[in-house]
Parts: sequence; structure tokens; C-alpha cells
Amino acid sequence: MTTAPRVVIVGAGPAGVRAAEALVQFGLRPVLVEEGERDGGQAYRRAPPGFTRTSAERYGADAPKADAVHAAFDALRPHVDHRPLTLAWNVAPRELHVVQEGQAQVLPFDALIVASGATDRLLPVPGWHRAGCYSLGGAQVALKAQACAVGARTAFVGTGPLLYLVAWQYLKAGAGVAAVLDTSPRRKSLAAVRGLLERPGLAWRGLAMVRALRRAGVPVLNGVRPQQIDGDDASGVTGITVREASGRTRRFDADAVALGWHLRPETQLADLAGCAFDFDPLTRQWLPQLDADGRSSVHGVYLVGDGARLLGADGAEASGRLAALAVLADLGVAADRHALEAPALHARLARLRRFRDGLAHAFPWPRGVARDWPDDTVVCRCEAVRAGAIRAAVRDAGGREVNRVKAFCRVGMGRCQGRYCGHAAAELVAATVGMPVANVGRLRGQAPVKPLLMDTREPADGTAGSSG
Amino acid sequence: MDARADVLVIGGGLVGSSAAFFLRQRGLAVTLLERERVGRQASGTNFGNVRRQGRALEQIPLANRARAVWGRAQALVGEDLEFEPLGHLRVGWTDERAASFEQHARDVRALGLELEVFGREQLAERYGLFAPGIVVGSLSPRDGHANPRLAGPAFARAARRAGAEVIEDAEVAHIARTGSEGYVVETRDGRSFRAARLLLCCGAWSQPLAAQLGEQVVIEARGPQMGVTEPLPWAIGPSIGVSTPVKREGLYFRQVRRGNVVFGGGYHGPASTETGLAQVLPQHTLGQLQELRRLAPRFAQAQLIRVWSGVEGYTTDLRPVMGATGLPGAWVAFGFCGEGFALGPGVGDVMAELIDTGRSETPIEAFSPARFRS
Repeated sequence: MTTAPRVVIVGAGPAGVRAAEALVQFGLRPVLVEEGERDGGQAYRRAPPGFTRTSAERYGADAPKADAVHAAFDALRPHVDHRPLTLAWNVAPRELHVVQEGQAQVLPFDALIVASGATDRLLPVPGWHRAGCYSLGGAQVALKAQACAVGARTAFVGTGPLLYLVAWQYLKAGAGVAAVLDTSPRRKSLAAVRGLLERPGLAWRGLAMVRALRRAGVPVLNGVRPQQIDGDDASGVTGITVREASGRTRRFDADAVALGWHLRPETQLADLAGCAFDFDPLTRQWLPQLDADGRSSVHGVYLVGDGARLLGADGAEASGRLAALAVLADLGVAADRHALEAPALHARLARLRRFRDGLAHAFPWPRGVARDWPDDTVVCRCEAVRAGAIRAAVRDAGGREVNRVKAFCRVGMGRCQGRYCGHAAAELVAATVGMPVANVGRLRGQAPVKPLLMDTREPADGTAGSSG
Repeated sequence: MDARADVLVIGGGLVGSSAAFFLRQRGLAVTLLERERVGRQASGTNFGNVRRQGRALEQIPLANRARAVWGRAQALVGEDLEFEPLGHLRVGWTDERAASFEQHARDVRALGLELEVFGREQLAERYGLFAPGIVVGSLSPRDGHANPRLAGPAFARAARRAGAEVIEDAEVAHIARTGSEGYVVETRDGRSFRAARLLLCCGAWSQPLAAQLGEQVVIEARGPQMGVTEPLPWAIGPSIGVSTPVKREGLYFRQVRRGNVVFGGGYHGPASTETGLAQVLPQHTLGQLQELRRLAPRFAQAQLIRVWSGVEGYTTDLRPVMGATGLPGAWVAFGFCGEGFALGPGVGDVMAELIDTGRSETPIEAFSPARFRS
């Protein structure tokens, strides 16, 4: 062996850091590509320099874990080729394409570990294109990183643990919480309870947050259907109207709305690498195929953390280490270590998966809502494509598959590339065609992973340009 | 009992869809067989140029006829194809190009296409867009651009409304002659269709089926390298292309009404008729970005939001294949070498005329498949 294997990790959150740690432990010097300025990812996002809120203030009960991941990264720092503020914009066989400060580079790899994290999973609510609407994650980032609230009186809408967590964090930080409006029914199924009891401590913390919100006088409603985010172009959001399970309509004054229905993995790189995807009926979305260790269907490409499966920060740490051990075994660097550690990591991930399934049962992605969206509801905010245009692309133009519908009406064609409208568009197409959502396909990923400035310089080594 | 029509059109791109439409206008019973979805391959993924200048002179009469169809396309199909007749502008970096633009303008004027050639100052005055190194422009004022994602499917829908049978998911495996009565065509899933006459127009997929008609035409699949920026303020009217012998420099771009700048050109990427997929190579995208900002410095701060490609069919002599085969009642139209979108509806019109009357008012002899017969 003349040269050390080249391993590239994308993402310096808990999954990427733990993967890098395992590789360094066995003598490799991985390249660690990070889009942001600092490590920590979203869950353990580090504050910008000069900010003084303590770790406990930022991360609450998770502060020790956040501190541990940060410390692990700080210790690794001299042993990895760390590339902050670097966007992985494309991937080709055995090479990752990145851009850092306007300079494009090609990073050849023997193994690629994608720890790309997740973003909010959204559904349209009529009026959600108004100024003052944020995702739950965006509202949380504002607080966690900058100690800002998105509004003086914010309504939280959607479902999932993040809904209650962010509302509670706002309450605790002294920001106004107009209401917490959960689309899931209050009564939880047996499957939900069984899953949630896998992590009773965490479930208990969630319940405590709900109690704290109620005690503070915040209306907490279950089983709602959001009807309309009120407002106008001049002043943005002025309130939100929901229909309760009983059929009663209620309106809450608010100057900001934070929306979210769990998270969705950032799978663009996996998609561009050619990884196969399967439909997950429980959460009704397409996820990349994975083996127990995080190998994708493409040789040499490993997917970890929330960018592959939404198991949260604990799952990210475990899956990051596990995939790195698989890389070490696959590349023949450390064949035995994987066998030693894998059983415990597999068991840990299995438990987290059971808990996640419990969450999916307890806080389900709403079904049948696409039929309720009036034709003038903006579904794709980047391209301002309304529900009526998507229905027309199905009914008049004969689109029965999401990429075809995209070609006809531009849904998902804008700068977010369908991250925030793709699932909604699929539900709407399925409802209009009258087919299960699994049968209308998924929006194919297209480079660049995120917008690429035209003022990007080509790699200096002349790799650009070829005979075509 | 096999389904029977007057004409079987094999291939539902822009050529096949418009041919089916025009055949119906002539009163013929038409069945169109499309292996996947109408207008989804090269017809739906190309740049969207409606350009006549810069073509081989033998193509100009066909391009003129196609331009006339584009002019009435909305009325014909009853849908907006986003055709913007705001002009097509060719620009060049060198004095040598200026001379060739002048010559081309003289040549095509004789064929009924008027161009306007001007220099650096007028370019700056009219567009204020180009780097000072661009020394010459040639404007074809009545050309422009349209939306390729809409055009093919719209013609197919119009053909269907006019009475054509348009069948998707019908990949043709075999074409056979049946004595005196014409052809029987079998799909991969075992359906068969009969007709006295037949038009083969499967773009990059045409080679094996053309061989079954006795025409040995080699078609190579290539992928155009396309990209689009976020919306920018509406400022550019015409479709614009760089004319250059340097492959890397040969970019083209246009701005759609929404504001996005669509671009392509330079090198091709790999494409496959087996998978139906074509790749955009990352290094090609980076090269295009560099060339675009060299050409139009104001683009430097624009953001690229998406790239794509498609499967286009190229012939060995880079000329289309269009006309009668050696078999009676069998015609072909494919191999438009990345220049087919602008011609497409005109090709459909000409092929319908040929199939209906046996002759075409528009000269197409230069494209006959006979040139490949040994």
C-alpha cells in the first residue's frame, strides 16, 4: 500500500465528528468538509464568536453531550483536513466537488461519508409565503445561535417533538408564544406509546414541556387543521386560523409563525451519487437504501446521521462511528474493530429506531390534507407555483409522476430544489391522480446541492475541461 | 385484431407529436407510439432555441418553414408554449467571426432570412451586456426561444384532440413489412399495430429501428450540458449564442420571462439510450460559469440553481436524417444533432406533407438517408 486511503466526510455535526474521530483513531487523516463556519451541526450548533450564552442555556439538558462532541472535534482538529465554509455542490464517481470561498476543488475519495443532516419538513398552509413565516428549525436557530426570536408573539404550528421543544425554548427565553397548534391527535396509539417508552426520560421531558407551556397560559391545541395564516403584503403575518378537531374555528393573533412537521434528511448528495431510494410508508417519504452499518447502494458511499435516517443527535453519533468502522474494515485498515463495536452500536441504533417509529406514530405526517388546499395556495414558494397549477398539470397535461408535473408547472424547480415543497407536491399529485403517494415518484436531485455563485473559479490543476 | 391506422408514427418527441398533429389536419388516421412519455427526452430537455441563423445553408428553407409554424403554434395547439420572438443574437470574439457573419448574412438573405450585423459600439448600446472583447453581433430579429418542456406534450395533446391515437409506454421492438398492405409494428409488451405508412422519429433511439427499415445510420447519443440561474431582473430579450471554433467558448443563453437565465453549450456529457439518462459533468458546469462571466461580466454575482441534460442523437456527418427510406411508405426524421428543437414543428409539417402527398415544398434532399447507403 503506497498511499493512505482517502476518506472524505461531509458535515461536521455529531455524525461527522464521531466518524472522523474513529478514522483518526486508526491513523487516517480524513478530509472534513463543513458548509458552516463551525462544527456542531444543527443540534449542537456552536454560537458565533463573542456570544456569551452558556452551553447549558443553549442546549439545555443536552449540554453535556454537546460539550462532548465539541471537545471531540477540538481534539481532532490537528488530525483532520478541516474545510469550513465549504460547500459540497456535486459528486461524481470517486470524487467530491466542493467550493470554498469561490474556489472550486475536486476531492478524490476511496470512501465518502455523507453526514449532511436534515432540514424542516414542511407543508403548505394558505398564507405561508408571507413575511414572518419561518420553519421550526429556523426559529430555533435564531434563538440558539443568535439569541433572537423570530417574532414578539410567535405561533407554533405542525407536529413532532421539535414543535414543543422550540415553543418551550421560546417561552423560557422570554419570547411571546401565541399558541402551540399540533396537527396530531392528543390521544396516542398503542404503537406510539410502545415506541416512546424506549426512551422514557425523553418522553417525560416532552410531557414536562407541554405542562410548562400550559402553565404559562399558552394555548396548546391538538388535532387541528391549519386553515390560513392571516396577514397582508405590507405587514406580513398578523395571525393564524385553525379548525379544531371539534370543527370549531379559532384564530390567534401572532406576528410570526413557525411551521414544521418533523425533519427530512438532506439526501441530495446521495441522490447525485446514484444511491437507490426506497419509500418509507410510516413517514411517507423516500429514503436512501442503507445496510446496518450505513453503506449505501453505491460502493464507497456511506450515509450517516439525520441525513440518512432521522434518529436525532444520539443516533448521529452512533451511526457516524459505526459507518467509519465499516469504512476502516472495507478499506482493510482495521478489520477487527468493527466486529468488536458493531453489536453494541447496532443495538443502540435499533432502540433509537423504535423510539423514532413511536414518534412517527404519535406525531404523524398529516394525511389527506392536500385536498383541502384551495387552488390559490402557494405550494412552491421559490417559483410561486399554486395548488391549482399543480392540479392542472395533472388533470389537463396528464402528469402522473412528480418529475413530469415539475416539468409542466415548475413546482420544485426553484432554488430550494423541492426541499420544502417536494413532499407536499407529491401528496397533491397523488391526491389529484387518485394514487398512493408512493406511486407518484420522488423529485430527482440535480446539482448543485445548493446555489452556486457564477463567480466560482475552476480548479487550478486543470481538471476542468475535457473532450466531450 | 391488430389496431390499424393510415400512418404509424414511432416516437413522440416534438417531431413525432407535430407530425401526428399535421397528419390529422390532413385527414389521415394516425397512431403515435411513444416508448415512454411524449416530449420528455431531447425535445423536453434541450435549450429551447428557435434559431435559424448559423445553420448549414441547406437547412435554412426548413428552418424558415419551422419558424412559420412557431409563429402560429399557439393558435394551432391552443396552449402557450412560451415562444418569445424577441430575436436570436450571435456574437463573436474575433474579426474573423465578423467576416464570417457578414458572409453568412449575404448567403441567407438569398434564402429569405434577413440578418443585421453590427459591431462593438452598437452591441454595447443595444444590450450593454457583453465584455469588450465581443466585437461583432448578428441579429435575426424574428427568431427567439420557447419552452421545450411544454412544446412536445402540447403538440401531442393537440394531435390527440384532433383525433390521433397517442399511446405512451409503447416501446417498438420490431417493424415488419406485410406484403402489399404495409407494415406491422410490435411493441416490447407484445401489442401490434398496422398501417400502410410509417414515420420513424425516435431521436437518439432511432438507429436499431432504422436498420430494420434497411437504413444503416449510426447515431451517437450525447448529453447537452444545461444550467439555469435564479431569477434576475428582466433585461435580455433575444436568445444569444457565441459563435467560435473553440468548443469550450461555444455557449448560449436566454432569459425566460420569470427572469431565470438558461444556458448551455461547450462540451457534451455522456448519454445513454439504454438507461435514458445523460450526465452533466461537474467540470463542464464550472467551465460554463467561467465562460459566461467572461462573456457577460454582470453574471458574476448570479447563482446557478440547477443543471440538467438529455439524450440527443448525433449523426456521423452532423446532418439530420430526413426523408424516404428505400422501402415504400416508410419515412424517417431523426438525428438533428442538438439543433432539432427550432426545426421540430417544421419537420413534423414537412413529414406530414411528404407522407400525404409524396412530395414536399421544402427542399430536404440533402438530408436523405440514402447518403449512408453503401
